[in-house]
Amino acid sequence: MPGETVGLVGESGSGKTTLGRAVLGLAPVTGGSIRYAGREIGQLHRRERRELSSEIQVVFQDPYSSLNPALTIEQILIEPLTVRGVTSAAAKQRVATLLEQVGLPVDARSRLPREFSGGQRQRVAIARALALDPKLIVCDEPVSALDLSTQARVLDLFIEIQERTGVAYLFISHDLAVVRHVSHRVAVMYRGEIVESGDGDQVTARPEHPYTQKLFMAAPVPDPDQQEERRIARRRLMAIAAEG
Amino acid sequence: MTTAITPPNTIPTPTGRTSLLRRVIRRPLGAISLAFLLVVALIAVIGPLIAPYDPNLASLQLVLAQPSAEHPLGADSGGRDVLSRLLAATQISIAAALVALVTALLIGVIAGLIAGYYRGWFDNVASWFTALVMALPGIVVLLAARAVVGPSVWAAMFIFGILLAPAYFRLVYAAVSAVRSELYVDAARVSGLSDLRIISRHILSVVRAPIIIQSAIVAGIAIAIQSGLEFLGLGDMSVPTWGSMLNDGFINIYKAPLLMMWPSLAIALTSIALTLLANVMRDALERTVQVRRRRRRAVATATGSIAAVTTSIGTVTGGIGLDAEAEAEPTIRHADDERAAARAGDTILDVRDLRIGYGQDDGGTLEVVHGVSLDIRRGEVHGLIGESGSGKTQTAFAVLGLLPRGGRITGGSIDYEGVRLDTAGEREYTAIRGRRIGYIPQEPMSNLDPSFTIGSQLVEPLRVGLGLSKKDATEKALALLERVGIPDPKRTFAAYPHEVSGGMAQRVLIAGAVSTDPDLIIADEPTTALDVTVQAEVLDLLRDLQAERQMALLLVTHNFGVVADLCDRVSVMQHGLIVEHGPVRAIFGRAEHPYTRSLLGAILDEGPARAPLGGADIEQADIEDADIVKAAVVKGGAR
Amino acid sequence: MLPFVLRRLASGVVLVFVISVIAYALLYLGGGDIARRILGQNATDDVVAQKAADLGLDQPLLAQYFDWLTSAFGGDLGRSWFTGQLVAVSVSSRLAVTLSIVIGATIIAAIVAVVLGVLAARRGGWIDNVVQFVSVIGFAIPGFLIALVLVLVFAINLGLFKATGYVPFASSPSGWIASVTLPVVALSIGAIATVAQQVRGSVLDALSRDYVRTLRSRGLSTNRVVYKHVLRNAGGPALAVLAVQFVGLLGGAVIVEQIFALPGIGQLAVQATGAGDIPVVMGVVIATAIIVVVVNLLIDLAQAALNPKVRLS
Repeated sequence: MPGETVGLVGESGSGKTTLGRAVLGLAPVTGGSIRYAGREIGQLHRRERRELSSEIQVVFQDPYSSLNPALTIEQILIEPLTVRGVTSAAAKQRVATLLEQVGLPVDARSRLPREFSGGQRQRVAIARALALDPKLIVCDEPVSALDLSTQARVLDLFIEIQERTGVAYLFISHDLAVVRHVSHRVAVMYRGEIVESGDGDQVTARPEHPYTQKLFMAAPVPDPDQQEERRIARRRLMAIAAEG
Repeated sequence: MTTAITPPNTIPTPTGRTSLLRRVIRRPLGAISLAFLLVVALIAVIGPLIAPYDPNLASLQLVLAQPSAEHPLGADSGGRDVLSRLLAATQISIAAALVALVTALLIGVIAGLIAGYYRGWFDNVASWFTALVMALPGIVVLLAARAVVGPSVWAAMFIFGILLAPAYFRLVYAAVSAVRSELYVDAARVSGLSDLRIISRHILSVVRAPIIIQSAIVAGIAIAIQSGLEFLGLGDMSVPTWGSMLNDGFINIYKAPLLMMWPSLAIALTSIALTLLANVMRDALERTVQVRRRRRRAVATATGSIAAVTTSIGTVTGGIGLDAEAEAEPTIRHADDERAAARAGDTILDVRDLRIGYGQDDGGTLEVVHGVSLDIRRGEVHGLIGESGSGKTQTAFAVLGLLPRGGRITGGSIDYEGVRLDTAGEREYTAIRGRRIGYIPQEPMSNLDPSFTIGSQLVEPLRVGLGLSKKDATEKALALLERVGIPDPKRTFAAYPHEVSGGMAQRVLIAGAVSTDPDLIIADEPTTALDVTVQAEVLDLLRDLQAERQMALLLVTHNFGVVADLCDRVSVMQHGLIVEHGPVRAIFGRAEHPYTRSLLGAILDEGPARAPLGGADIEQADIEDADIVKAAVVKGGAR
Repeated sequence: MLPFVLRRLASGVVLVFVISVIAYALLYLGGGDIARRILGQNATDDVVAQKAADLGLDQPLLAQYFDWLTSAFGGDLGRSWFTGQLVAVSVSSRLAVTLSIVIGATIIAAIVAVVLGVLAARRGGWIDNVVQFVSVIGFAIPGFLIALVLVLVFAINLGLFKATGYVPFASSPSGWIASVTLPVVALSIGAIATVAQQVRGSVLDALSRDYVRTLRSRGLSTNRVVYKHVLRNAGGPALAVLAVQFVGLLGGAVIVEQIFALPGIGQLAVQATGAGDIPVVMGVVIATAIIVVVVNLLIDLAQAALNPKVRLS
């Protein structure tokens, strides 16, 4: 749905990143269907896929490998625009707007990625994703490489942009708290399958599937007393699981 | 002479505005090499024009003539003017080397790009061809070819070019494979760029510099092989080359030893200049890459050992970021509460005003920890929390005496049960590390030696440190593996690190840390690299072991959940200083320092989840019809 | 372990086979009218045709190759066109000379390079700078120039060694050592330079690994960690470079044998090439390919012994 965030939670090897890459056309789909705007996009050819690029975009996890170190920020942001045949004057105008949108100073355009911190690079990656006004952005662990305080600011930026532009997110993360913070709906993946999905609050606070419960209980609460309670509850759950 | 080619170990990335040329000229060796090569190139172009005589004009009177006014370098065994021949030979020798270079370049680079980017059958064919070419020494192939095509310099060098192509192929292939998996290439693909554009924009730009370096090396090898072939007397004797002149000199080594000197000098100096140039270029490129690498690693592991250093370097060069602020500001200290006081034993580790610095290239010292004081009591869990670059890992390494290269303690003291560690040497530390202080690292896989079995890595310290017999040490190691919850200790004991999962590897490392019954364990982000469910199990294990053995634990982490789960007392670090310190409940409940508060404020767990759009009663079917995306990757489709 | 060895062995056999096919096709197709070349321009057409029939050159190429291959399996590589000697005999008798200097150079290169590389990586400072600079120069200067300089200085000016000639080990061990010393030194310098660089690089890399810190944290001394753990992990890449160096040394030996007048396989190759003696050239190519395949197999086995991951892949 436009303007919606669907969170996808899972541990390493659960297949959540592969699912995101399949939506982007970067991983082959061997069965099943991916429908976008009523259209099947799982098995598109490169050419057809390219036409979708203005609709579906991406923000990756590692802010150090997702920007070409040899290009300036402006070159990085103009790249998707020139593919669309935007004139260079218009493109430069657009770059200024994009930088402002993600809260970077305009003089950032002539600098290289290595001059920026992780959080700032992630802002550039977001600006690149926004360049073509997409309707959907696949966010693959976009904040897990960032420090706690940077993480919170970047997440707020994601939410703010969504509220302004109505873009939809497929938000992939291993962190239940992060997903809970940004998602309207949440799906939980385990060993290549979605085991539970539903409203954000429901899945992240009152999970029903045993795996989601385990996941929920495993994350330590940043409060010594609450965490003690959760720990006891988790051990009880584990004991029950072991008996059953 | 050898056809072995060592491509640059790393794939340097062209970074920055200062061009490679300018950086090379700035180094004396680079400037001299480049200047010499330019002179050689100039002679290659105009040599025959400025030669005083026809290089092939023979005169019987001049056979093996000594240097004279008319013939400054004398004459050879055919009575030909050596200077004229040397000038003419330069042109032929350089041109022949260029034939080999260009042939190798074209074949190798194009094949490397195609094989690296598209993979598939072409990749297999190319790799096989490479193996084929590498299986024979170049000169043997050239000899065989000479038997067929006759003594042509150009044909020989063309064939040699084919033989050299793998040098470029492997370089380009490795670079393309590395870049291909970079996320920015994925991003370009998602942006709708065509393959050709991706190759020319993102991939060629990365391999350009390594190709130039490789070309300098290949040119040197081509010159060496070409002169070697001519030296053997297998070339076309009517064409003057450095190699054929050398051959003439060698034959007359007793009669006119000087004759050998000129071509030898030409070959040696040109080869040296080319190799030095390649080396200077590589150095110039690698220096910038190293910094990038380190930063990347630091981020990839969320907080690496050198994160502090590189972040600070970023401060110095990048101008964006942090300043070491207000050193004078005192640490906010909360008094012990009941729980902390109940656990309070005597202090076993006392760190006072610890300062850590890194030596810089310019001889200065970059300080990353600016006076940290910390005390750890017997049997307590002490959390050291901070973001990447705060210096928490540096502090932990300083206590262990294991600071990375270049790092040293520049001030303050570390006192461990009455032993001064800040001034301890390798010998004193060997008695303390392992036996009295244990260490649990962050990344489970990289902290086990991949070449030895898990068992032998556990047994070795027991035998060396505690002097146990092999049998006793093995028994103890197996018992430890069982204690840390490894299902089949015997099998894991015999396994290599790559055969176990990350969670298992971390348990093995914990077993290793407690194996010698230390009083203090330093755990550096022990659960950061683990999945959350595994993290919970490892935290349980740490808690149980700590209670069971009554050992103190210094827990370095950035995760407040982990702190809440385990710690008795907490120190908060920022910019190389401890800003706040106290019992865990005081830090969570009554934090005073603005930095601690901002960190606590950034925690997401407390906030409410976002409400579903358009009310809570949307059904699945609606969403599918809502036309945005419904991904249904079946099991098997998603790896 | 056994499947690993068999797989490598099989791929080596295939490699030698492919090389023999290509070499045979090029040598026999590219040579033009071979019988005419052997007999010279004055021979009558009849005599030339008779010679061609004697050598089996009137047969289709495929049949010729098949003949060659079947006798090659029996150890018969044909006879020289000019001397009539059995190729297998002259190649194997000369191989001993070549292998003795190449293997000698490889062993010396390996030992010296490991010592220099470890020293440079651990000590750093001026030792590192000197090793690095000498390596660059050693890598840059072609081996035959080094050989020429050695001849000039040690044989001609100082008279310490004989400049030329070969003394078989059986007839005089000390004479043998004197006759191979200079060639071995000349060959090994380039290899030392390259391998020392590689050892230095991989030791530095292994030293920066996390497990080194962890092992030290368990109370193992730095020396112990370096000699037991770091060297073992640095050994793999260094061996790979040594394998490539061996092929390079085999090529270098061709020229060095010429300079020192050693009756090795290189000298045979040069003579055969100059004369256009195709069966001998073919024999040299095949013998070289087999040696390279065998050495690569040995290096692969050593790699597998060092690194458990190789064993499984």
